[in-house]
Parts: sequence; structure tokens; C-alpha cells
Amino acid sequence: MTAVGLPGVTARRSSLDLVLRARELGIVLALALLVAVTAISNPRFLSAQSIRDILLGTAILAVLAVGQAVVVITRNIDLSVGSVLGLSAFTVGTLLRDNPGLPVVVALLVGAGVGGVCGALNGVLVRYGNVPALVVTLGTLYVVRGITYFWAGGQQINADELPAGFLDFGNATLLSVPYLVLIALLVLVVTGLVLRNYRAGRELYAMGSSPQAAKLAGIAVGRRTVVAFLVSGALAGLAGVLFAARFGTIDAAAGTGYELNVVAAVVVGGVAVFGGSGSVWGAALGALLLTTIGSALAVLEINQFWQQAIVGGLILLAIGADRLVAARVAASLKKRGSHVS
Amino acid sequence: MATDTPVLRMRDVSKSFGAVAAVQNVSFDLYGGEAHALVGENGAGKSTLVKMLAGVHRPDSGSIELDGTPIELATPADAKAAGIAVIYQEPTLFPDLSVAENIAMGRQPLGRFKTIDRAAMHAQAEQLFARLGVSIAPNRPARGLSIADQQLVEIAKALSADARVVVMDEPTAALTGVEVERLFAVARSLRDDGAALVFISHRFEEITALCEKVTILRDGKHVSTDPLADLSVDEMVRRMVGRDLDALFPKQDVTPGAVVLSVRGLRRDPVFADIDFEVRAGEIVALAGLVGSGRSEVVQSIFGVDPRDGGTVEVGGRKLKPGSPRAAMAAGVALVPEDRRQQGLLMELSIERNVTLPRSRALSQLGFLTGSSERRSAKEWTTRLKTKYGRLSDEVGTLSGGNQQKVVLAKWLSMAPKLLIVDEPTRGIDVGTKAEVHRLMSNLAAEGVAVLMVSSELPEVLGMADRVLVMREGRLVATLDRSEATEQSVMFAATGQEVTV
Repeated sequence: MTAVGLPGVTARRSSLDLVLRARELGIVLALALLVAVTAISNPRFLSAQSIRDILLGTAILAVLAVGQAVVVITRNIDLSVGSVLGLSAFTVGTLLRDNPGLPVVVALLVGAGVGGVCGALNGVLVRYGNVPALVVTLGTLYVVRGITYFWAGGQQINADELPAGFLDFGNATLLSVPYLVLIALLVLVVTGLVLRNYRAGRELYAMGSSPQAAKLAGIAVGRRTVVAFLVSGALAGLAGVLFAARFGTIDAAAGTGYELNVVAAVVVGGVAVFGGSGSVWGAALGALLLTTIGSALAVLEINQFWQQAIVGGLILLAIGADRLVAARVAASLKKRGSHVS
Repeated sequence: MATDTPVLRMRDVSKSFGAVAAVQNVSFDLYGGEAHALVGENGAGKSTLVKMLAGVHRPDSGSIELDGTPIELATPADAKAAGIAVIYQEPTLFPDLSVAENIAMGRQPLGRFKTIDRAAMHAQAEQLFARLGVSIAPNRPARGLSIADQQLVEIAKALSADARVVVMDEPTAALTGVEVERLFAVARSLRDDGAALVFISHRFEEITALCEKVTILRDGKHVSTDPLADLSVDEMVRRMVGRDLDALFPKQDVTPGAVVLSVRGLRRDPVFADIDFEVRAGEIVALAGLVGSGRSEVVQSIFGVDPRDGGTVEVGGRKLKPGSPRAAMAAGVALVPEDRRQQGLLMELSIERNVTLPRSRALSQLGFLTGSSERRSAKEWTTRLKTKYGRLSDEVGTLSGGNQQKVVLAKWLSMAPKLLIVDEPTRGIDVGTKAEVHRLMSNLAAEGVAVLMVSSELPEVLGMADRVLVMREGRLVATLDRSEATEQSVMFAATGQEVTV
């Protein structure tokens, strides 16, 4: 039944889908252009090591961006992810230093757990405190970072203190794809499927699209909000473990300022800040684009400071493109609109 | 055709918001296969009743029974599960999601691994639209649909949920004639399939065209429930407004002076058009009409909060720049808006700061606002208006509704306006304060201020106004002098009934 129904449906969907996919397409094009230009100027950009670095960096940012996208789709924002990443990385680092025999899976779960607790706290504060998420998560950004600093007390965990198995996990590959990238892909695919194909996922879009209508439609808005923040927090915690595995050296400042990169990736990736639209695929592509830009600038020997200006310009471009596309789509939908003339 | 036992009964339900009793001991029964009209003036409690059925508000007392068993409608989800679908005047769709998804939200057909079966979802939407005889593409997003189409999507939603009770809260307010007919055809087929229909409208011809029974509400109380055939339109109007008009309105007789406000051909698409009128010094002119007829929009456009698409506004013989509240204020226009919490006051600021806000420049010395001059001015005006407060430095949000309204008035009166525009000046305030606000308006008119008042309360309109301008659907449909204006004549003009009593 599904197989029979699909072709007709996809045929009709295609024209509108193209408009909605335009963003993803635009990022892919920008990415291709960037890679081409950089590679021509310096072929070393396409060396295995360079590509590996980009993918590892993207993996961590993409896990954060997927979580952020879930929250932004519900018309909220989570600014605490950088701090949560730091706390999780430091927790897992300490744990592994003291218990070298601990399996990697346990480390991943502990990290996700620590993040999940922070995320749930955010969610509960947003839901019951009736305070905008921007304010709540700005608060927890500082609180969580403060706790990490207090706990670390200036000490740092070095790579030689961590068990070799854990560091191997940060470098090992399966069919020459790093484990970190595989984990990020797994997170991306699972979250993408849930958001697209499950009732709970669609309800997140509905909440962001119109909070009022969501309430009237009987959606458990409060509970879903908490869950969205929990997911974002847990993924930030997971990203903390990946961070620890990749760099090996962890201090209390790990992940400082990441939240802005993450929000930038999500916005550039086409997740509307007013909620209700966008996808985790776009967010992950945004993470890939931003990481690649950082890497390309280094290879091109352009001052790193330009990176910030370029990212800022991209955000403005993305928002401008959103407005333009939205206006175009609205106009075409109106024209197609009422069949009563 | 109708069932013998009621599908849904509301028994003695009451609901208060703070001190305001919105609904008091209202009972009525809904039968399957029957369309039931709910009529009453603005503020009679219709919307509150609807929200209780929708699970948005919980009744303070009384009970709701479905098929004879009492049910609790604590959340909209409960109402949905009970088979009650509500279609609001402003449809509540998700603009970013597809039409099919809007219809199926929460009940999407599931396939393998509990994933949403999109093909089935689209087929379901297509079936529903075929049944309704409309052609809306299920895959398009809800954004950009006309209000009429959005309402049809809402009805499709109700159909897909097998709703047994369908409530329509003024669904026709924004529709054209053709669209209304199509909606009614759909509503009739719903009713013939056995659904109980609740229909709210201000248009009597629609009620008679669709409904079998009518329940009349007034001031939150149940007046009567009758078969529509037993009731003439005149009688319905009389029961809706039937209130003793003996409340004292201290309107002083003033000989009108020069023209202060002159509005010519004012137009804002698609809200209103062809608005022509004048207000003279010392005159109180009321702008009457139903909610949504465009009254507030007209005054907002005059003041410049909203833009205008055509026409001129002159104050004291000089043309006002469109879209500039600053220019309007400079010309001596003051607007006391309808929603004082949102538009009239800064709730977190002190009383004195609120009162002196529009004149903060005039009261400051060398660019600094000095506390003493601010306090002196605020004190003078709050005393004149007999405002009750603890200290001038208290937050405005801590005052009662009536006193808040006085602070808004004080704020604008302290500017000594030539033209005072008040939008719903006494909504939600108690009788005593109401009388004070009325006396104040009358005094101002006597001092030569031109007053333009938007009000949904007929006694206030009739008691205060020298002239009543009646609006319907964005047009000025009648200008009634004080001598001609009665509850009936205003109501008939506002609802489009040409019958005279």
C-alpha cells in the first residue's frame, strides 16, 4: 500500500520540496566551492589528515547542532551546551583517570547522563518558571561553567593520565571512518528519523510553528519542552565525551564559546529561529560548513580572526535568504491558494 | 432527525475571572443532528462557554455531561478525546506543517515501527476534502491559506476525529458570501450525519438559515432556549439587549463648537473603507458596532499607530501625517487604547512614571527627568481623577483595573488634548469607577475637548454620545443622533437588519 501510494505523492511534492531543499542545496554548493578553491590554492587541504581533522571537528559540532536544532524547532534556544560539554568532558575525564578499566560505552553513557540532567534542569526551568529559554540557558551557561571551574580548581587532565583504550577510541576507525564520525552519523540519522516520522517529532514542529494552536490541539507542550531540552543536554554531554576522546587534554574551560558556533551552525543550516521548520540534516551540514571554513582559512593562511567575520556574514546571509524564500513561497502559495474565485 | 436524548448537557456552569463573572449558572442541551445557535451581545459569555467546552477553561461550578455521564474537560486533549471539536473565529493551524499533517496531528496513521504513514495521511486528507467537496492540496503548507480554507481544514480536522459535537465560534466573520454558503453546506451535511452543532454568529440571517434552536445569553446569564421557529428576530434582539437603561449617565448638554477632527475617505485594505465623519469641540461621538467591525482599527489609523491606505485626517484644520503617532500627539490627539495592559501602561513602572511618560521631555531639565516635577504633575492628575493608590512609586500593575484605567486617562489628560480618543473606556471595570470615568468624559467635553469613543456597551454608547456612528464590516452604515439612537436602532444597524421595531 505504501509502495503503491508513494510515487504519486512524491511527484506532487517535488516542486515545493525543491524550494525547501534549496537551503541544503545552497550549503552543499558553498561547501563544494570552498573546497575547490582551497584545494587549488593548496592541494594539501585534501590530504587524508586534513580531511580527517575536518570530519572529527564536524562530528563534535554536529552532535551539538542536532541537539540544538531539536530545541530551536520548538521555538526555544539552549545556550548552555558549551558549558554542559565542558562539565561532561571533565566528569568523564576524572572518572577515567581514576578508573582506567572503564569501558568506553560506560563513558559515553555517563557523559550523556550528566548532560541529560543539565538539559532536564533547563527544560524544567523553562516550563515551570515560565521564563524565556534564552534567559534560563544563559543562566545555566554560567552556573554549569562555574561548577566545573570550582570542581577542577585549576587542575587539568592530560592525555597521559587517560587510559589508552579511550584515546584509541578517539582515533580508531571502522572502514577508515573515525568512530566519532560514526557516532555523530548515528545520532543524526536517529534524531532525523524521529523528527520526521514519529508523532512525538512532529509535535515538536507543531509547538514551534504555533504554540497557541499546539496547546489547543491537546499536545502536551510542557512535557515536550522538557524532553527537547533533555535531548539537547544529553547530546551536549555526549559531545563532551567525544571532545575528551579527541583532544585528550581537558581543563575546566573545555567547550567555552561553543554555544555560539552551534547556534550559528543551526541557523546557517536553515533551522528557523522562530521554530517550526528546518531539519537536523541542515543543522549538521551547517556544522560541516563552519568547520570546513575554519580549516580552509588556516590552510589559506588567512588570519583566524577573519573566521568570525565570515561566520557572522554567513548568518546574516542565511537569515536574509530565509526571508527572501519565505516571501517568495508565501506569494506563490497565495496565488495557488483559494480555489474559490 | 434529532436524537431523543442530549449528546451533551451543560448544567448550571459558572466561570469567573477575578471579580468578573463571565458565565453564571448557564444550562443547555445539545442534541445530535441539530444545529444550536448561541447568541448574545459582546461580553455575554459565549466565548467563555465555548472555551469551557474546548477544555481551555474549567467551570468553577456546574457540570458537563456527555451521553448522560459527567465528564471533566480539564485540557484541550480531554475535549478532543470526548469528541468535541471547536472551530475558532481565528483558525488555529500550524503554518509550517502540511495541510494533511494539520488535520492528522496527534492521530496520524501509523505504519511499520509506529512511523507515520505519510501516504495514508495524505489519502485520508484527500478523502475528507472530497467529502467536503473542496479542493485543497493536502501536501501544501497551511501558511498562505485563506481564512475560509483554513476553516475548512479545521472542519476536516473535526471530521477526521469523528467529532460528535462541533462548535463554531463566529466562523463567518471573515468570510465572503460564497464562502459562507459553502461552509453552511458542509455544516448541514455534518448535522445530517448526526453531529450536534453549536453555531455562534451575530448575523441573524445566518442563524435562521442554519439552526433549529437558539439559546440567548445576556451578561453571562441564560435568558432563554427556544426553537428558532417560535422566535422572531425582533424578539431575539430584544432579549439580547433587554437591560434596564436606568444607570445614570451624567452627560451634560454642550453646544458643539468648531470641527476638531475631520476624517475623509479613510481606507485601510481590507479592514475598512470609505470612512467619513467629523467630531466637533465639546461633542462626544461614539463609534458602535460589533467586535471585528473595524472600529478599533479606524481609531488606531487616525492616531497613526496603524497605517492607512487612503483618505485624509485633519485635526484642527491641519492634515495629519499618516502612520505617525508622534505627529498626532503634537497635533493634540490622545488615544486611550482598548487593551490597557498591553498598549496603555508599562505595568512594571511606577504610577508617576506612567502618568508623565508622554511629557517626559517637557518635564525634564537639561535632559534629565527630575523626580520632583514628575511627582508634582503626577500627583495633580491622579488627585483630579480620584485614583486610589498606596504611593506614587508603586508599580501600576498592583492597582485594580479601574484605577489602572484612571492612570491611563491621567497620562493622556495631562497633555491637555484637543481630541481624546477612548477605545472601550470602561471594559472590565466596576460600576462605581465606570460612573467616574463617564463623568470625567462629560466634564472634558464641557471644557471643549472633542471626544471619540469606541464602545461595545450599548448603554454607555446611548448614555454618553451626542452622535452614534455605527460600523458594520468595515463600513460606516449609520449615523444616529442622540434622539434617534436606541438599543434597537443601533443593534439593527450593527447586525445588518433593516427591520425597525
